[in-house]
Amino acid sequence: MYAPHTEHDIREMLGVLGVESLDALSAPPRGLEIARELDVPPAMPESVAYQHLRDLSRKNQPGDAEASFLGAGAYRHYQPPAVPYLATRSEFITAYTPYQAEASQGSLQAIFEWQTYICLLTGLDVSNASVYDGSTALVEGVIMASQATGSKRVVVSAALHPGYRAVLKTYADGMGIEIVDAALHSDGTTKIPASMDGAAALVVQSPNFYGCIEDVAACADAAHKAKALCVEVIVEAMSLGALKTPGESGADIAVGEAQSFGLPVGYGGPYVGFVATTKEHVRRLPGRLVGATHDVDGRKAYVLTLQGREQHIRRELASSNICTNQALCALFATIYLATVGAHGLRSIAAANMARARDLRKALLSIVGITAPLGAPFFNEFVVRLPLAARTVVDALKRHDIVAGLPLSRLGAGDERDLLVCATETTSADGIARFVARLQEVMQHAVAAV
Amino acid sequence: MPSLLFEQGEPGRGSTFVVDAGKPADYLDSSLLRKDLPLPDLAEFEVTRHFVALSHRNFSVDTNFYPLGSCTMKYNPKLNEAVSAFSGFADLHPLVDDGCAQGALQMMWRLERTLTSLFGMEAFSLMPCAGAHGELTAMLMAKKYHRDRGDDKRATCIVPDTAHGTNPASAAMVGYKVVSVPSTPQGRTDLAALRAALDETVAVCMMTNPNTLGLFEDDIVEMTKAVHDAGGLMYYDGANANAIVGLCRPGDMGFDLMHLNLHKTFSVPHGGGGPGAGPVGASARLAPYLPVPRVLKRDSDGKGAEFALDVAAPNSIGPVRVFASHFIALVRAYAYIVVHGLDGLRRNSQLAVLNANYVRERVKDLLTVPYADRCRHEFVCSAEDLKKMTGVRALDIAKGLLDAGIHAPTMYWPHVVPECLMIEPTETETKQTLDGFVEVLRGLVTQAHADPDSMRELPRNTAVRRVDEAQVGRLANKGIGLRWTPGG
Repeated sequence: MYAPHTEHDIREMLGVLGVESLDALSAPPRGLEIARELDVPPAMPESVAYQHLRDLSRKNQPGDAEASFLGAGAYRHYQPPAVPYLATRSEFITAYTPYQAEASQGSLQAIFEWQTYICLLTGLDVSNASVYDGSTALVEGVIMASQATGSKRVVVSAALHPGYRAVLKTYADGMGIEIVDAALHSDGTTKIPASMDGAAALVVQSPNFYGCIEDVAACADAAHKAKALCVEVIVEAMSLGALKTPGESGADIAVGEAQSFGLPVGYGGPYVGFVATTKEHVRRLPGRLVGATHDVDGRKAYVLTLQGREQHIRRELASSNICTNQALCALFATIYLATVGAHGLRSIAAANMARARDLRKALLSIVGITAPLGAPFFNEFVVRLPLAARTVVDALKRHDIVAGLPLSRLGAGDERDLLVCATETTSADGIARFVARLQEVMQHAVAAV
Repeated sequence: MPSLLFEQGEPGRGSTFVVDAGKPADYLDSSLLRKDLPLPDLAEFEVTRHFVALSHRNFSVDTNFYPLGSCTMKYNPKLNEAVSAFSGFADLHPLVDDGCAQGALQMMWRLERTLTSLFGMEAFSLMPCAGAHGELTAMLMAKKYHRDRGDDKRATCIVPDTAHGTNPASAAMVGYKVVSVPSTPQGRTDLAALRAALDETVAVCMMTNPNTLGLFEDDIVEMTKAVHDAGGLMYYDGANANAIVGLCRPGDMGFDLMHLNLHKTFSVPHGGGGPGAGPVGASARLAPYLPVPRVLKRDSDGKGAEFALDVAAPNSIGPVRVFASHFIALVRAYAYIVVHGLDGLRRNSQLAVLNANYVRERVKDLLTVPYADRCRHEFVCSAEDLKKMTGVRALDIAKGLLDAGIHAPTMYWPHVVPECLMIEPTETETKQTLDGFVEVLRGLVTQAHADPDSMRELPRNTAVRRVDEAQVGRLANKGIGLRWTPGG
């Protein structure tokens, strides 16, 4: 119990009100009292609750970060201790949305810095204060493109993360937006459709779900020829430390997931979505935006701006209904980027590429394993095994190895295909253990036949 | 004013994070790579000093009384933070096999059962990321429900003028036309006006109960019946659920759909504007439409995992985010529930109601309290009479509170009360803090009468004073002033 009231306090306060009891004060209208037993866990003393939660956490098997090869939209990267240390300070974590500028300059400046980082990383002009995650950022990007073009049809690469596509479909069904798929080349990259006339946008993820780096510039050219926008989706933000930017490629809108910047995988969230675009589309951005201004004494100040687009002012005419966003997660990412800097981010991106190439070489050295897709990759790629990928994942988890994602689990490929990823946390020993155990499983499978 | 990160640092400054692996051009053709990476290089100590300095420029629950109406700025227990950082939670990848996530799934299942029971619903989805996301999820469910029944003409959403402010935008996202219903002089939704607004086009009625005046909708059962008779669905906005936990249940009031804000009622910290968590509850007929995946408990047949993420729900609207939930936020809410139990949760709601009524009673002689009835967890008062006498507005009072280290109440909402201040103390504040608040308010009202012009100069003691919002808006419209640019 964290409420501070003593029985004396309660009696005194009820006395001021002239009310007999807490029950009398708070009772619902007659007929709405709860007449049944409720299924709520019994109260535990704090030490018991701590133990209970620790026991629950220990029933999970996160696997060893050194030998975790599962990415597919959530990535285990190194988190510099300065990031949680600073981001979880009371003054940040227990503040509300910074509506009162005078009382929120810390949060507001941090959001302004996040917006700047996202612009610098994507090569675009403006960014909002964050959205829930990469998948809802994608939806917001599609809505922006639909509003900008007046079209309710979007062309979506078949190499978009299947989970992202499913979320887009949920929203599209409710909003009357039609989704058209763009097929893939045999190397795993997107085949640009011959005609996109009348479409709001071409949506392309790079690196795509299969790890392949797309020619976003060609996608943007084709989209623009059809008077559509190009929406680039970035699911592995670490790639922004190395790869050509959405701005350099000519994308109109960049959306994505910044979990890789200092946030734990946390069984799926909270993460932080970003939306960036060109000046032309600034008023279509969803959610909060922070701008720089001055106070009455001429001191530099930051404040929420363009609130006229937002739900609490514009109500049913708002550009989006988003209200609470991911401020604290954006703060984690901002502190991460400040801590690693350009120098660190570039070297971490290179380490991801190095480890992924070590992994690929080690896996492809095993007879019977192939790489079905030929396109260049960043830190993630598909291998084809001589047996069901699920069998391998099941067998290796007993050895604390998280082997990757069987593509068939998300209905995204052959049952022998395994999507694997390496990051800077992957070790040579982790790769060696993966290879050794994988060979055991393969030999066992052969023997069983 | 701390300078921006981009105005600090020197190229090459900073720690080394990984074993040197060269540069990206060692691995990919330069045509695939970015030309430059214009981020500042900073020493860790520079970063530390910068963000500690920024933190000093914020109000927060841990440093200030924060009576922000409808936002439930209660204390966030530190147990929540400790348990949410356990490696078994933090390092668990969302796509591991269910068998590797039994502790996480057990917690989610237990949390869902608890919320379902506490609020009288058939089932909950833990997927939505925040309150507004929950509202949108429910609107998508309502739309699919009507459509699956072949009831295609339902295109309007009724929103009382005392409902939570986000509702109209959420309804509009799925194409619903929003119809407002007024409240009575007693501060309740006008039942006759609601009935008059009902016809065969009504899809949903979104209500907040207690409403944003802090008053319980006494006619709620008649209202839900009227909406149901017209073929519409009832939606409960859980923004104000801190008033009712363990006391009454939206399901018993007849609601079909609802959301909760775990970052309000269940003590997940607000984080300066998120992340939140906005689980959505549904009655038996709407439950099949909840987003997937949901957590299932299997009969213990010895085969397979006991708890599983289930995607096989043919009527589901589908997922509303890529992974199953804001899991780490759920851990915090679950910790809060297990240290309280039902009696503790109910008592918190009762004490929230006590604190609000106590402040309401004591500010009666300072500002106008426009509704005679006792409030629930929050109340509104009006500076309209003060403004008539002195020209001092609710905004000036709010800014004066900031000078005293008290966060401003919610202002100018709901619109039905002019010069409105909406005050929600929450249960975690002491009587001494509440008494202190009333005295600060008394001082401001006294100042308003004695020297009204001085009130427009407030605040004076905050990190910055009143800011020029018009100028920034004009530039922002052109995409200017929303980021740092080289050269300023």
